[in-house]
Amino acid sequence: MSSQGLTYTSREEIEVYRFSPLVVIGVSLVAIFLQAFLPTRVNFLRIFDLPLLVTIFFAMARRNPVSGLLTGCFIGLVQDALTAKMIGLYGIAKTIVGYVASSLGVRIDVENPGSRLLLTLAFYFLHRIVYLVVQRGLVQENVSGEWLHHLGAAFANALLAIVLFAVLDRFKQRT
Amino acid sequence: MESFFSRYRNSAVLALVLLAQVIGLAVQLKRPLDPNNPDAGTVRLLRSWVIGAIAPVEKVFVSSTRFMRRTWHDYINVVGLRMENRDLREQNEKLHMELARQSEGANQAQRLQALLDFKQQFLGSTLAAQVIGSSGSDSSRVVYIDKGTRDGLKPNMAVITPHGIVGKLRDVYRYSAQVLMFNDSSSGVGAILEDSRLHGVVKGTPAGEVILVHIQADEKVQPGEKLVTSGGDRIYPKGLPIGTVSDVSPGPELFLNVRVKPAANLTRLEEVLVITQAQEPNLESADSQTPVRASDILAQRLPSVPKKPEATPPKVDKKTTPGQAGATDQTPAAGVKRVRPTVTADADSAASAANSPKNGVTKPNRSAVPRVVTENAATSSTSGGAADAPAITNPDAETPSANNAADAATPLPEKPQAKPPANQEAAQPPPPERHR
Repeated sequence: MSSQGLTYTSREEIEVYRFSPLVVIGVSLVAIFLQAFLPTRVNFLRIFDLPLLVTIFFAMARRNPVSGLLTGCFIGLVQDALTAKMIGLYGIAKTIVGYVASSLGVRIDVENPGSRLLLTLAFYFLHRIVYLVVQRGLVQENVSGEWLHHLGAAFANALLAIVLFAVLDRFKQRT
Repeated sequence: MESFFSRYRNSAVLALVLLAQVIGLAVQLKRPLDPNNPDAGTVRLLRSWVIGAIAPVEKVFVSSTRFMRRTWHDYINVVGLRMENRDLREQNEKLHMELARQSEGANQAQRLQALLDFKQQFLGSTLAAQVIGSSGSDSSRVVYIDKGTRDGLKPNMAVITPHGIVGKLRDVYRYSAQVLMFNDSSSGVGAILEDSRLHGVVKGTPAGEVILVHIQADEKVQPGEKLVTSGGDRIYPKGLPIGTVSDVSPGPELFLNVRVKPAANLTRLEEVLVITQAQEPNLESADSQTPVRASDILAQRLPSVPKKPEATPPKVDKKTTPGQAGATDQTPAAGVKRVRPTVTADADSAASAANSPKNGVTKPNRSAVPRVVTENAATSSTSGGAADAPAITNPDAETPSANNAADAATPLPEKPQAKPPANQEAAQPPPPERHR
């Protein structure tokens, strides 16, 4: 089962895509830049987590757990560097999301907008839970329990993911 | 073995990457040495883990070694034990005396430090900067500005807008700097409620709200009351607007939950000012304001003593100061005693007020009573004496609580030059005389 070739499952044939390294790095950095820049102008945009969406997209499209977790690790660490918190909080959360997303991408259809919506919802909460566990358990910081706010943010991110993934699909290169 | 690794390659890589990041976090993290005592210091988490793993082994080794040594020393080799015991007892007594002496010195140093810390600061120079980015995260309230060390910025400089404070510089790079906003959960700003003069600490919550903590439940705080910086944190100059009290509710234990609406719009920051230099108070302006003497305040509050008829001369040979009603044209000669009404806690505090006018504050003493103090007229005419020291803080004067006693008092000049000129003092109405 090569990561470069077609991946086969017991269910059906699933296509594996690859991306130019420039696209992966460029899209990740643009997402992080927009995440840092846009909320200073429009505060409402703070609820979106573009780096998370990019992590999910690349992980699900490439369907390779190692590249998925490394992409999540890279994006998370860069995002951590922009905060005043310890470096590694987002890194750990996005590493796990990248790994799980790519592992799921092997097993289920992730091209459908409906499945993308549900998966993004689930990954948003997975990311949030891992982040809170590390923040509370390891760093021992107080965390906000605004779950209603996060529920709204999860739906907003899931809706944005449908649009964003459709745009990023254009960069796919079939193996 | 090879098939094992190839089979679990993905999981192994995940575990390795997570482990590397957890170790990276542990290198950065610090934990309190004693969770029950936050002042006991901190230790890096990685070091804590390593020590936690090694310490039990070392402890077993040391315990067994100590057991053997103690057995040898206490039960086998007891030569010279009595002599050593006597030496230790003497040494213990010496150390007790030394400890008592040093604790007294430490108390004195703390009092002096508290006086020195009571110093106002004002804005000196500021540098305008443009906000160019943020952390992009709800959990970390930081923004980035386009000025850095090249422009003279340093960590811990205060960042403000014309409306109120924003935060302080955290990490300063060559061309940019990170501003930790005061609504971040790791921030803290010393604050005073403008009307009630209560002191507290303004902190951020994980949700980005701003709260005022350390306000006791029996204090009265009204919504709408304004908050300004106290200057006690040595970062923000005193008197800068922080925000307005938006909600007050009973909090945990004996404290109030005071929510604060920031004066500056922290969600839409575009241009900010960095306070690069805080200047000392202008002594000339301090001179222009007539200081209020504690003796005058106390004299107004205490029940007045009816004036004695002029026919009855006072027991003490009184000589009025020049410019006073009924004063003679003679200048007080050396050695002539005069009577000055003043308020002193005791002779020592009066002397210290005269001898150490730098701080301008004598130690408040609740047992202070007005009394007549006789002093050398020649000395008084030159130095002004204790009563001329313009800063005798009355501990009972307009002090709603003990913790804001310093701010409730009249602003005090810091330097001895702040003493009003002789003619200015003479122009004041003489304080009522009191005799015990």
